[in-house]
Amino acid sequence: MTRAIGASALYVSLAATVAALFLVTFGARRRKEAWLNAGYAATYLQFGLMTAATFAMIFGLVAHDFSIEYVAQVGSRATPLYYTVISLWGALEGSILFWGWVLALLTALVVFWNRSRAGNLIPYTTATMLGVGIFFQFLLVAPAFPFGAVFPVPPDGPGPNPLLQNHWLMGIHPPLLYLGYVGMTVPFAFAMGAMASGEVGDGSWIRLSRRWTLGAWAFLTAAIIAGMWWSYEVLGWGGYWAWDPVENASFMPWLTATAFLHSVMVQERRGLLKLWNLNLVVATFALTILGTFLTRSGVLSSVHAFTEGLIGYYFLVAIAITLLASFVLVAGNSERLVSFGKLEGVASRGTVFLFNNLLLTAFTFTVLVGTLFPLFAEAIRGEKVSVGEPFFNRMTIPICAALLFLMGVGPALPWKEADRATLRRKLLPPLVGAVAGLLVSVFAGARSPYAVMAFAFAAFAAVANIGEFVEGARARMRMRGESAVDALGNLLATNRRRYGGYVAHLGVVAVAVAITASSTFRAEHEATLKKGESMTVGGLQVRLEEVWGREEPQRSVIGTTVAILRDGREIARLDPRMNFYPTSQQPVPTPAVRSRPSGDIYMNLQAFAQDGTNATLRVIVEPLVPWIWAGGMIICLGALISIAPFRRQAPAVVTEPEPALASPAPVAAT
Amino acid sequence: MSSDTGRRTAVFVIAGVIVAGAFAYLMLGGIEDNLEYFKTPAELTQLGPEAYGKTVRLGGQVAPGSVKWDAASLDLRFRVTDGAQEIEVHSKGAPPQMFRDGMGVVVIGRYGAGKVFESKELMIRHSEEYRAPKPGERPQEMYRSLIKGEKAS
Repeated sequence: MTRAIGASALYVSLAATVAALFLVTFGARRRKEAWLNAGYAATYLQFGLMTAATFAMIFGLVAHDFSIEYVAQVGSRATPLYYTVISLWGALEGSILFWGWVLALLTALVVFWNRSRAGNLIPYTTATMLGVGIFFQFLLVAPAFPFGAVFPVPPDGPGPNPLLQNHWLMGIHPPLLYLGYVGMTVPFAFAMGAMASGEVGDGSWIRLSRRWTLGAWAFLTAAIIAGMWWSYEVLGWGGYWAWDPVENASFMPWLTATAFLHSVMVQERRGLLKLWNLNLVVATFALTILGTFLTRSGVLSSVHAFTEGLIGYYFLVAIAITLLASFVLVAGNSERLVSFGKLEGVASRGTVFLFNNLLLTAFTFTVLVGTLFPLFAEAIRGEKVSVGEPFFNRMTIPICAALLFLMGVGPALPWKEADRATLRRKLLPPLVGAVAGLLVSVFAGARSPYAVMAFAFAAFAAVANIGEFVEGARARMRMRGESAVDALGNLLATNRRRYGGYVAHLGVVAVAVAITASSTFRAEHEATLKKGESMTVGGLQVRLEEVWGREEPQRSVIGTTVAILRDGREIARLDPRMNFYPTSQQPVPTPAVRSRPSGDIYMNLQAFAQDGTNATLRVIVEPLVPWIWAGGMIICLGALISIAPFRRQAPAVVTEPEPALASPAPVAAT
Repeated sequence: MSSDTGRRTAVFVIAGVIVAGAFAYLMLGGIEDNLEYFKTPAELTQLGPEAYGKTVRLGGQVAPGSVKWDAASLDLRFRVTDGAQEIEVHSKGAPPQMFRDGMGVVVIGRYGAGKVFESKELMIRHSEEYRAPKPGERPQEMYRSLIKGEKAS
């Protein structure tokens, strides 16, 4: 029954989406209001149907309805409820279903908030989103059909992949990533809609999609950080980033989207970079599809590669169509994309944005080449090869350092050419900060030039961005007599976009400092201990107390109890474990982490004697690691401040006159 | 468009090409130096001295009866075989818990003139297919003495 409801909802939804696409497109072309409205109604309908299909699947999972193929594949009666629900994205078909549902939701929201706007921008934007929706819904009824029948119905299933049911973050990272990935469809759709409707010249598509872009970017940021955290908490190696193709796949669209968030300001202010901005939006969308291809096709082996099927090649076709359609539309709009105006000077914020874009593009290319090289090497030379981490580090660390530096210069420079006095006033405090950062890090024992440089530039950027808050608040206190707290609050409230950006910068600084510190000042030791024996790591004494085992419904656990002592006094007890799932030959490492703002003590059970007399433990002392996760949250907070409703009293950054808006919709407010 | 703008555009384009070219050169050079080739023991032996000192991913099975593990000094020695050739591997650190004869492994490391492959990282090659554990392989059976003592964390 559940199976029938889910399956038919998918088929009818595909039909509704196709109908909506035709109604919206031809309604706009022939100026038939009724067709347009019918198309929008069909858009809501396909969202309702996708919701029905998704909830049918969740219901099937929770009810352990093993007559549904997907449930039989990932469900098991012993799996706890939380992991049963999130196994919706635990394998290929379910994850595509969830993706399709998020896309349907966003499409309906775009229509809901913008439908009364005059002109063809919104119809064509909707049509683009519906087109992408058709692609995913086609996957759902053909190669990734989740509601296949199983007969005879098995009494139980194997449960989700052990790695995906070992930590609660599995319920956080994938949906964030989907919201980020799918969210990038919205600015792409607005760009395509603007070009198709000929409204690309005035840049209104940028204002209408600004919140969407920022929101998607914030979700993508959170997803990447949550993925790092998951890798740290589950894989047992004490690291969080390894330039794994899957990590790269989520990072590349983030880089291009970050570039876009900055370069778009140059367009809004100076009318420059119109074509470049379109390219960034298209590239971001294409990279999200490429990422899905890389992770879902099985061309790369990883925990994300669910199956070795042909489904990946559908994504390649989708990328080809995307690029071709964008190219045709850009060519058709060439005269509207001519930039007028020019940058106001060499030492101006615009120049910094240009360099920022240059570096972010170079960064993206490096990661892209490093990620795809093995595929091409195998296809062309027939050699199995992988690109080592040193390549990525050597190429990207200098870029990161330069970006940190620019992050401090940009906010300090005005849009107009800066004079010497301004430069001195604005750049002196950050320079003092940089020198302080350099001295502190050398004093603390950092010797690698890149580490010292990272600390110095991070301090530079931190002081520069905090300086903007201080200067703005002081001006308000002086001119309006506000208290320091009020001044800071009002400053944020009246120019949320700008100061939200600076908050995000401070989050990036936190992440950069934490990554550099945790890799520079890391102390690590591995030893086999008998019960009662101890080892010393980074000034701490670590003593093995107990080796134990227990049976849980879905797994067996072998664990150790370990005491951590500082100066002979016990400060914590940790229990690093290994979880044995019935479907896997290998145990899933389950490290234990003691987290404090100053840093983590990370402990992994590497091996144990069958009789429990001894265990091999790896202990890593990593300073400041929690600040990577906190920094990620600060970045998202910054994005949230920028997205929050804009107060009109503020002097808008936009210099062009705003076109008359037919809709009072909140998205159109900026 | 004045000739001045034209000249400026040309300068920008040339500068852009130079920067992009330098970057591409750096990148491709960097990638060649950091490639890690997958080799079987036979391929590695065939390469001879040419293979020494380069980071390689050695793939094969753990040769039966070859594992020597000293828990006290965390010293692990075993041989990787592809049926035709065997390579001696030396590794520091504990082997994975379920490490045993005949298991598929990938070892990242360097082969040296001493005919010993120094491992930097040891990975189990998972077979994705679910295989029911043989009698005696289930953790409940293997670690019976541990699991029977129910102890809460």
